[in-house]
Amino acid sequence: MLSPFRLDLLGKYLCYAIVAVGISLAWGRGGMLTLGQGVFFGLGGYAMGMHLKLQDGELPDFMSWSGVEELPLLWKPFANPVFALAMVIVLPVLVATLLGLLVFRQRVRGAYFAVLSQALAAAFVILLIGQQGLTGGTNGLTNFQYFFGLDLYEDADRRILYLVTALILGASYLSVRQLVRSRYGQLLVAIRDGEDRVRFLGYDPALVKTVAFAVSAGLAGIAGALFVPLVGLLSPANLGIVASLELLVGVAIGGRYSLAGAVAGALLFNYAKTIFSEQWPDGWLYVQGALFVAVMVWAPRGLAGLSHQFRDALSSRRKVEVQA
Amino acid sequence: MSALLEVRGLNVVFSGFHAITDLDFTLQAGELRFLIGPNGAGKTTLIDVITGLTKPASGSVRFAGEDLAGKREYKIVRAGVGRTFQTSVVFDELSVLDNLDLAAGFRRRMTGLLRRRHGISDDVASALDTIGLGDLADRPAGVLSHGQRQWLEIGMLVVQRPRLLLLDEPVAGMSRDERDRTGELMQSVAKDHTVLVVEHDMAFLRRFASTVTVLHEGRLLCEGTVAEVQADPRVQEVYLGRKERV
Amino acid sequence: MGTLNQLVIGASIGAVLLLAALGLTFTFGQMGVINMAHGEFIMAGAYTAYVLQPLAGDQAVIVALPVAFAVGGVLGLILERLIIRRFYGRPLDTLLLTFGISLILQQAARDIFGAPNVQVDAPGWLTGGVDLAGVRIAYNRLFILVLAIGCVVAISLYLSKLRQGRRMRAVMQNRQLAAVSGVATGRVDQATFFIGSGLAGVAGVALTLIGPVGPTLGTAYIVDAFLVVVAGGLGQLKGAVIAAFVLGVLNSFVEFWTANGASFAKVVVFAVIIAFLQFRPQGMFVLKSRALT
Ligand SMILES: Nc1ncnc2c1ncn2[C@@H]1O[C@H](COP(=O)(O)OP(=O)(O)O)[C@@H](O)[C@H]1O
Ligand SMILES: [Mg+2]
Repeated sequence: MLSPFRLDLLGKYLCYAIVAVGISLAWGRGGMLTLGQGVFFGLGGYAMGMHLKLQDGELPDFMSWSGVEELPLLWKPFANPVFALAMVIVLPVLVATLLGLLVFRQRVRGAYFAVLSQALAAAFVILLIGQQGLTGGTNGLTNFQYFFGLDLYEDADRRILYLVTALILGASYLSVRQLVRSRYGQLLVAIRDGEDRVRFLGYDPALVKTVAFAVSAGLAGIAGALFVPLVGLLSPANLGIVASLELLVGVAIGGRYSLAGAVAGALLFNYAKTIFSEQWPDGWLYVQGALFVAVMVWAPRGLAGLSHQFRDALSSRRKVEVQA
Repeated sequence: MSALLEVRGLNVVFSGFHAITDLDFTLQAGELRFLIGPNGAGKTTLIDVITGLTKPASGSVRFAGEDLAGKREYKIVRAGVGRTFQTSVVFDELSVLDNLDLAAGFRRRMTGLLRRRHGISDDVASALDTIGLGDLADRPAGVLSHGQRQWLEIGMLVVQRPRLLLLDEPVAGMSRDERDRTGELMQSVAKDHTVLVVEHDMAFLRRFASTVTVLHEGRLLCEGTVAEVQADPRVQEVYLGRKERV
Repeated sequence: MGTLNQLVIGASIGAVLLLAALGLTFTFGQMGVINMAHGEFIMAGAYTAYVLQPLAGDQAVIVALPVAFAVGGVLGLILERLIIRRFYGRPLDTLLLTFGISLILQQAARDIFGAPNVQVDAPGWLTGGVDLAGVRIAYNRLFILVLAIGCVVAISLYLSKLRQGRRMRAVMQNRQLAAVSGVATGRVDQATFFIGSGLAGVAGVALTLIGPVGPTLGTAYIVDAFLVVVAGGLGQLKGAVIAAFVLGVLNSFVEFWTANGASFAKVVVFAVIIAFLQFRPQGMFVLKSRALT
C-alpha cells in the first residue's frame, strides 16, 4: 500500500492524466494545439471548489478576510450540489464551444489557434487574481473539509476518492478511445490532415473540431473538479500559461498520437516533476526545458511514436510532416 | 430545357488582376464537358467559384435553379456539386476503404458518426469496384501511386452521388496507361453523372471528349466539338508555337 | 482630463508590444517559426541595462539600447543556428521547442541575477514630464514612444531601401521563388532573426523605464505581442503597428474605466480580438495565397 502522501500525489497525477486524454483527442487527433487547457481545468475546479466551500453553510473564509460580508450572488447557486456538478462540465464545454465555433468557423487554426488559447489562459488568470473577493485572488480556494459526505481528512475516505478518480480516468480513456475509433475519429484525423479537402466532401470542419475541443474541455473540467478535493487547493498558479503548458508536455513526451502514450506521459512527467523538485528545486526548470527540446528534436511523436519513427527511418521514406 | 449549371456574367478579380472576365457558361444535365485553355486561363478559378472557394466580383452561378452565391462550401457539396483538386488529396492515414466510407458518409448525422464502420456499404463496394482498387481496400491510402490516388479521389466523389462532378486536371502527371484507364473511368462515371473535366492534353481530348469549351485569359474563346475547336483559328493562335501538349 | 494621460500610457505599452511583435511577425511570416523564447530576449535586454548600470550610471538606459540590440540579436542568432533552423515551417513544433528554451533562459536569469526583481534607474532628464492641457505627461513614456517610432522608421527604410531588406521581403512572399532567383535564403533568415531578436532586446530596455526587471518579465508581454501578430496579419509591418497601438491603448482605457480594471482589461482585449477575427480572420493585412491545407 502506498503511503498517504504518495497516494495523494498519485491522485493528482490521475487528474492530469484525465486532462491528457482530452488533449490527445484535440491535439493528437484534431491538430488543435490547445495552450489554454488550464482554463477549462480551472472552470471545473472552481465550480467544484465553490460548492465545497459552501457545504458548511458559512461564508467562505477568504471572503471575510477581504471584507466581503454577504455571499455574492454568483456563489449562491453553487450551494446546490446538482447545479455545481453540472457546472463542472457545462462551464468548460460552453466556453470551448463558443470559442471553437467563433474561431474554427473563420478558419483560424494551427499556430493562431494555439496563440489565442494561450491568450485566453493569460486573461483568465488575471481575471481570477483581480477578483479577490469572489475568487480568493492569488491564493485561490483552500481548506476543504468534506466532499459529498467524504471526510477529506480521513485516509479511508480519501481512498474512496482516489478510486473514484481512477475509475473516471478509466472511463474517460475508454470513451475517448471509442470516439477515436469511430467514424467521427477518422473524420477528425482527416480534418487535421486536410481541412479544406474534408470541407469539399460536404462536412463542416468547424463543427467537427468544436466537438473534439469541447470534449477535451469537459474532461479538463472534470479533472479540475477532482483535483480540488484531492489536492485541497486550487489557485491561479494551477491554471495559468505555464500550468497549461505543463498539461501539454506530458502528452508530447508520451506521444500525442497515442492515447495510452498521452496518459503514460502525463503520469511519468508529473512523477518526474515531483521527484526532481524535491531533490533539486532550482534545477527542475532546466530539466523541464531540456525535456521539451529533447522531445521535439529527437522524438516529435513522443515515446509511443518511437517505433513508428524507427520504421520510418528504416524504410528511409521521408514523409513530409503534416502541418496542423 | 433547363440547364444544370448556369454561370452568367462572371467576373473574378484578384487584387486588381482579372482572372475571369464576363464569362457565361452553361452545362446541361448529363453532359461530359471538357474545359481547356493555356495555363492561367482561369479554369481552376472557375471551379473555385462554382464550389464556393473563391468569391466572384460579380455575376451569378446557378446550380439546378438554385443560386450558389454566398453559400458555404460544404453546403454546396451537399447541394450536389463535387470536385477534385489539381493536387490529389486523399487521407494517407486512413485505408482506401475508410477514405471512401468517409466520403460516402457526409450526410450522416452526428449520432451515426459515433459508431465504428462495420462492413462495407453497397455504394462503397461499387465505387471500389469502379475505380479498380478492390485489392488495396485495406491498405492505407499513403501507399498508393499517383494514379491510384487520383482514382481514389474520383471514387470518393462518386460515392457521394453528386449531380455535378468537377475534375481539375485528373490525368496530369500520369503515364499513358494510367491516362487511358482514367479516361475510361471518366466515361463510365459520365454515364450517370454530369461531368466537367479540366484537361489540356490533346491526345486525351481527342480520345475521350465530345464537347469542349476553351478559355483564354479569363474569357470564353469558343465552344464546340473537338474537331471544331481544333479547326478554330483563334484556338490555334492561342496555342501557337506550342506542341500539342499545351 | 485623464484621457490624454491614459492615451500616452496606452501608446507607450503599445510601443513596447510593437517592438516585441516585429520580430515575432517576421520570423513567423518568413520562416514559419513561433518563437516563445522571444520573451526572454526582452528580459535579456532589460538585464543588459541593469548590468550596465554600475558602468554607465544613470545613462545606463541610453548606453544599453545598442548593446541590448546586439545581445538580443546574438541570442536569437545562436538559437536559430543551433536548433530552430531545423524546424522551419513547423510553427507548432517550434512553439513547444522554444517554450522549453524559454524555461531554461528564465531559470538561468534567476540563477545569475537572483529571483527578486531589480530596478534600473532612469536618466535624470527622463524623470518628470511635460504639462499638456493641465495633464502631466511623463517623459519616460514619451521616450518609449519616440524610440518605437524610430525603430519602425528604420525597419521600413531597411525593407524598402536596402538590398538586404528587399531580399527579406522577397523571401517572406515566396521563399522558393526568391531562392531560385539567387537570394541566399539562409543568410536572409539569419538577418531576420538577428534584427527581430535585437528589437526585443530594445523593448526590454524600454521596459526598465516603466517597471522593475525580473526573470519572467518577457512572459507578461509575449502573449500580447503574439496577439498583435494575429490581429495585424502575418509579416505585416503596417498591421503590427496599428494592432500594437490599438491593443495598448484599449488595454489602458479598460483599466482606467472599470473599477478594479486591470482584472478585466485582458478579457476585454481577448474578446475584441475574437470579434475582430470574425471580420478579418487572417488579420488586418494578408499576403494572398491559394494554398490548400
Ligand atoms: N488566389 C489567387 N490570388 C491571386 N491570383 C490568383 C489566385 N488564384 C488564381 N490567380 C491567378 O488567376 C489566373 C488564373 O488562374 P487559374 O484559374 O489557376 O488558371 P488555370 O487553372 O486555367 O491554369 C492566374 O494568372 C493565377 O495566377
Ligand atoms: Mg489550374
